[in-house]
Amino acid sequence: MSTTSSSTTGTGRMASWGVDRSVVILLVASVVVLAGAALESPGVLSVNYLLQQLQIAAIVGILATGAMLVILLGQIDLSVPLTITGTAILATSLAGSGNPTLAFIAIPAGLAGGLLIGAVNGLGVAIFRIPAMVWTLAVNAMLLGITVFYTSGAKPAGAPPSLMVFLARERTVGIPNAFLLWLVVGALVLFMLRRTVFGNYIYALGQSPRALFLAGAPVERIIVGVFALAGLLSSLGGLLLVGYANQAYQGMGDSYLMPVIAAVVLGGTSIFGGSGNYSGTFMGAIFITLLASVLSLMQVPDALRQMVFGGIILAMLLIDRARRTP
Amino acid sequence: MTETGISRSGKFKVPRVVISAVLLAILFAFYITIQPRGFSTYVMTIWSNQGLLLALAAIAQFFVVLVRGIDLSVGPMIALTNVAASHLLSGSLGEVALGVLLVMIVGTGCGLLNGLAVVVGRIPPIVATLALGSLYSGVALLLRPTPGGDIDETLSDALTYDVYGVPTALIALAIILVLVAIPLRRSRFGMSLYAIGSSRDASVMTGIRVPQVTLAAYALGGFFASLAGLYISMLTLTGDPNIGPSYTLNSIAAVVIGGVALSGGVGSPLGAALGAFILKTISALMFFSNLPPLAQPFFEGAILAIAIALGSLGMLRVRSRLERFL
Repeated sequence: MSTTSSSTTGTGRMASWGVDRSVVILLVASVVVLAGAALESPGVLSVNYLLQQLQIAAIVGILATGAMLVILLGQIDLSVPLTITGTAILATSLAGSGNPTLAFIAIPAGLAGGLLIGAVNGLGVAIFRIPAMVWTLAVNAMLLGITVFYTSGAKPAGAPPSLMVFLARERTVGIPNAFLLWLVVGALVLFMLRRTVFGNYIYALGQSPRALFLAGAPVERIIVGVFALAGLLSSLGGLLLVGYANQAYQGMGDSYLMPVIAAVVLGGTSIFGGSGNYSGTFMGAIFITLLASVLSLMQVPDALRQMVFGGIILAMLLIDRARRTP
Repeated sequence: MTETGISRSGKFKVPRVVISAVLLAILFAFYITIQPRGFSTYVMTIWSNQGLLLALAAIAQFFVVLVRGIDLSVGPMIALTNVAASHLLSGSLGEVALGVLLVMIVGTGCGLLNGLAVVVGRIPPIVATLALGSLYSGVALLLRPTPGGDIDETLSDALTYDVYGVPTALIALAIILVLVAIPLRRSRFGMSLYAIGSSRDASVMTGIRVPQVTLAAYALGGFFASLAGLYISMLTLTGDPNIGPSYTLNSIAAVVIGGVALSGGVGSPLGAALGAFILKTISALMFFSNLPPLAQPFFEGAILAIAIALGSLGMLRVRSRLERFL
């Protein structure tokens, strides 16, 4: 693929300015969206509204972090919707079971579930060499079956773990805890991508799996590791969603697949893998959240919102394409 | 090479289509013994109707997979054409005929759009069809937010019952397979499809018009998705915007079971149709087995996953591990 022209880290000509191009564009776009919405309802410029957006952006952002890691490999994870729903249902049913021991392990169990789903995804892709979009779609179908069986197709019983409610809904010194959590997660992932061997492997694998294999790197283990990490982050996002909505419900993850991929792609991560900056994904998540919020303020139906996210992904990739071919 | 029955090493090898056909025969015999009503026109008709529906979706997927693509919008295209049919297929004979034509145009148009995004936009097929798929299901939801509509019953009766004891669906499938298979094997265009899937570079050098042929493959995919959408309308007599999701994965699993390689260039529409009937027979078997109904979605998902994993087992037999990272 012609990723060579865009340089390894996705920083284009603006790299010399020390700023990533897509971050600047997204920042401007966010301001434009907010300004446009403010003409209709001035309330969107209030500090409280903006902080609330950061709270929701944190959920989208943590999900997008997982999606970005997989996309950096040049793969895709389509099991995100049911990873969210499945682990959310698992955690709420444990937390609401009335048994203190089970309630205590609700969050670790939810996260372990995400890790396990991710590992299954990774094993299918790395060992069986099944194309990721097909395998993760099949895993998604199996998870749907498991949640239907587990909940008997009814509204899942249980209660949200109190720690998740605290993290998703409360604020510390005025800043939403969810946003603080996202900053911590983001910093860890940024460190991993930039300063560790594993991070370098991720970019290298996205650039050329063949070259990395010839260089003697444990390619299979890296793929499984990245998918497992992505599953973990998806379940963390799902658990935050549980805290935010105060419940788990069927189909809660369905509407997150498109906006999350849109956030990553908008952030300048190449869909071919091997190039992308975390700062882009960060701003992408904020912009997508603002856009979704403004669209729902304008009472745009959900069908149309999903179309907007799909359209954004296409438009971004087409623009990217046009810029690369002189 | 599998088509000639001689493998690379010169030993005789049973063609994949024969294996699929034998598997289907065994499953079907099993189904007839377990089905309380036994072998009757009624049972055959229900079985054929369900099979034809998935077979059309599988043939849609087949054309795209043949040129080394993947179509994640098969489900959304089926939903959109089903909804379109529920608006267009009523009234006088002339109006219904025009309606059928319009629905086919809608489907082919969607397929063409997919092709343009992939060929002209140079967007990877996964992302292009995923994003465009969200547009198609969005339009379907806007056209008909809840299931409903009116479908011509005369046409439905003509296509979903039997002719002298032979299910109309089987006759229709036979006609479609003959109409598709002959040009696929005998025409320049058909051979070009196989050539592009086998080696894009070699096809370009041979003078095949790769962009145009690839575009046509996606358009044909859309056309067959519209036939599936039309046939759902015949079976259910309504338009349902949410009918799509399961067809995407099922169509992929069907082509894999039918011996179509996800890496392109190998397989036949007959194989895709056999794969579809195998899948439908397995789910019919589950329906009449003693599995708890709530567990069925999980087993359906698991069977799809196993089928796809088995279809990819060839990758485990490659001689050098390096070949896997091409």
